Amino acid sequence: MKLVTEKRPMTSRLFRFSAPIVSILVALFVAGFLLLAAGVNPAQAYLEMLQESLGSTYGLSETLVKTTPLIFASLGVSLAFRMQLWNIGAEGQIYMGACGATAVALFSGIESHFLMITAMFLAAFLFGGLWAGVAGVLRARWQVNEVIVTLLMNYIAILGVDYLIYGPWKDPKGFNFPLTAQFSEAARLTEFFDTRFHSGFFLALFCALIMYLFMERTVWGYEIKVIGNNPKAARYAGMRTGLAIFFVLFLSGAIAGIAGFSEVAGLQHRLQHGISPGYGYTAIIIAWLAKRSAIGVVIVSFLMGVLLVGGDSLQLSWQLPVAFVYAFQGLILFFLLASDFFVHNRLKLVRGEHHA
Amino acid sequence: MKKFVLLALALMLILPQFAATTEANDKKIKAGFIYVGPVGDAGWTYAHDQGRKAMEALPFVGPSTYIESVPEGAESARVITGLVRKGHNLVFTTSFGYMDATLDVAKRNKDVIFMHCSGYKSAENVGNYFGRMYEPRYLSGIVAGKMTKSDILGYVAAFPIPEVIRGINAFTLGVQSVNPKAQVRVVWTQTWFDPGIERDAADSLLDVGADVLAMHQDAPATLQAAEARGAYVIGYNSDMRSFAPNAFLTAPVWNWGPLYSKIAQEVKDGTWKSEAIWAGMEQELVQLAPLNDKVPAEVKRLVEEKTAAIKSGELHPFAGPIKDQNGEVQVAAGSVAADGDLLGMNYFVEGVQGTIPK
Repeated sequence: MKLVTEKRPMTSRLFRFSAPIVSILVALFVAGFLLLAAGVNPAQAYLEMLQESLGSTYGLSETLVKTTPLIFASLGVSLAFRMQLWNIGAEGQIYMGACGATAVALFSGIESHFLMITAMFLAAFLFGGLWAGVAGVLRARWQVNEVIVTLLMNYIAILGVDYLIYGPWKDPKGFNFPLTAQFSEAARLTEFFDTRFHSGFFLALFCALIMYLFMERTVWGYEIKVIGNNPKAARYAGMRTGLAIFFVLFLSGAIAGIAGFSEVAGLQHRLQHGISPGYGYTAIIIAWLAKRSAIGVVIVSFLMGVLLVGGDSLQLSWQLPVAFVYAFQGLILFFLLASDFFVHNRLKLVRGEHHA
Repeated sequence: MKKFVLLALALMLILPQFAATTEANDKKIKAGFIYVGPVGDAGWTYAHDQGRKAMEALPFVGPSTYIESVPEGAESARVITGLVRKGHNLVFTTSFGYMDATLDVAKRNKDVIFMHCSGYKSAENVGNYFGRMYEPRYLSGIVAGKMTKSDILGYVAAFPIPEVIRGINAFTLGVQSVNPKAQVRVVWTQTWFDPGIERDAADSLLDVGADVLAMHQDAPATLQAAEARGAYVIGYNSDMRSFAPNAFLTAPVWNWGPLYSKIAQEVKDGTWKSEAIWAGMEQELVQLAPLNDKVPAEVKRLVEEKTAAIKSGELHPFAGPIKDQNGEVQVAAGSVAADGDLLGMNYFVEGVQGTIPK
């Protein structure tokens, strides 16, 4: 007898929707033993995590602040996934978007809040888009693998931003510390309820809606899906796949770039090292879990926000080491990804030949 | 009798409340610390945590909390607010990248006192503090300059910011005060804490012939590299000799305990006010770790003399004439660099081989 995996002939709808929930429960159960070993009551810890991330205006505001860049970046990544293009470069595109928005904020001299924010948004869109567009051209024209190009361009983007903040964009009044000057009030997104929650979140929801309509209700969206599923058939049908590849990667990077805009205009109010603590990489996991759906991206990003913000409370309330928090978050992701495998595959015991 | 019982009952109800109020008046300090690295880094964060423990030993200071490996930038504001929401009334944020976040949280929580380490901003309820690490750095340069045979010294440096540049310059001036031929080579790692990258940088310096290394990093990887290759090394942050018993010469180290205790005392007495603290060897905030026995007695004596001179104010490591790498005079003969110039230092002195990214 041996254990084999095989593809399920059909995936049950019920199973597909319940699998993530079940897997989170299993993960919490397993992580509970970790907590017990650390001398913490798991039920109390989970309650505290929920309390911390959702139980107050403040907690909720922080969770949404965290959710915002994740939505943008994951929408970008998932758009490319739709066409079987793997954009691993959302991190770099966030940096480029932030870079574009900062250039406008620092040097345009626009005084009107509305015009300033619009210009910053467009700059971020363009910078992020062109950055990913490089990979698009290389892929469309010369079949260069976009995984490698987008990934490596992350490092270039981050180092490029470092160059600017250590050099020409350094705040002249900042004692030579590597920061740009703080943005004027005109270049800041509105904050609400005396928290850090800012209008970038609504923009993210709006973006998700547009993306949903674009994919489901337009010919372009349809073409992207067809090309993704079967490029040969698409070419037979007269679709211009090369152009579509560039277009989709451009758009993918542009949307990720908006995350950079939203972070500098809504939260940081200046450009500095480490503006994204890895949102672009988390976005890949989110896009995968969300099954390429725009609505799914919003939901999973929010859950990820809860997980990240709630993780702080483990350190705060029980003085657990940070490594424990990482292990805990890793465990949850591990089970989520595993559940996805079991939705599409099943384990089966088969008898060896001589038994038959 | 009945009345007596009632009175007794009433007293029993009231008395604990009195006890509770007196306790509340004797309000303890509940301090919180934000750390940029893990407490086990053996360096920067470890040194701050030693200071925290020293402060915690005071009778009026309650159990304190720390949060480790908090990313710099806007992300940190949430963690700082978390401490405030948990009832901490004195919060230390111990890395430069927390500056904006500290001020932002402080603006929303006027009844909490914040102390930010290594920045330049302050507010009514935010003070900032740092140490004149360049003083023991200079002394460690004297030791390195005396001990090198190849006249090539290696310096593993984190980020090209004024704090680090100041340290490299002070070290180099110390080296050149006893060995004008020696050169200091700098490698940037662009990280505070990454033992792998730090080790690579240290190895590359040993490869070009450096026989004494110094470093401005939070991990002891440079020490381990020197130990493995039979070179000498100057530590930093804390006395790291256990990582390199043979290679370790000395280290400029932080001694946060007295300062943290003093701040806690001021907060308790109600005498705390926002100020920019920049204390040196005289106040014992920065020190030079005991020298290795391999250092000859005459060098030890020299270091002792110079230590006394620095403490008395007779010797300032940045006393002119000081020229930069291009030979331009940065500090004129007969004067010393002003604190403002030291805080924003953005040039290498003569004798440093390396560039500052601009």
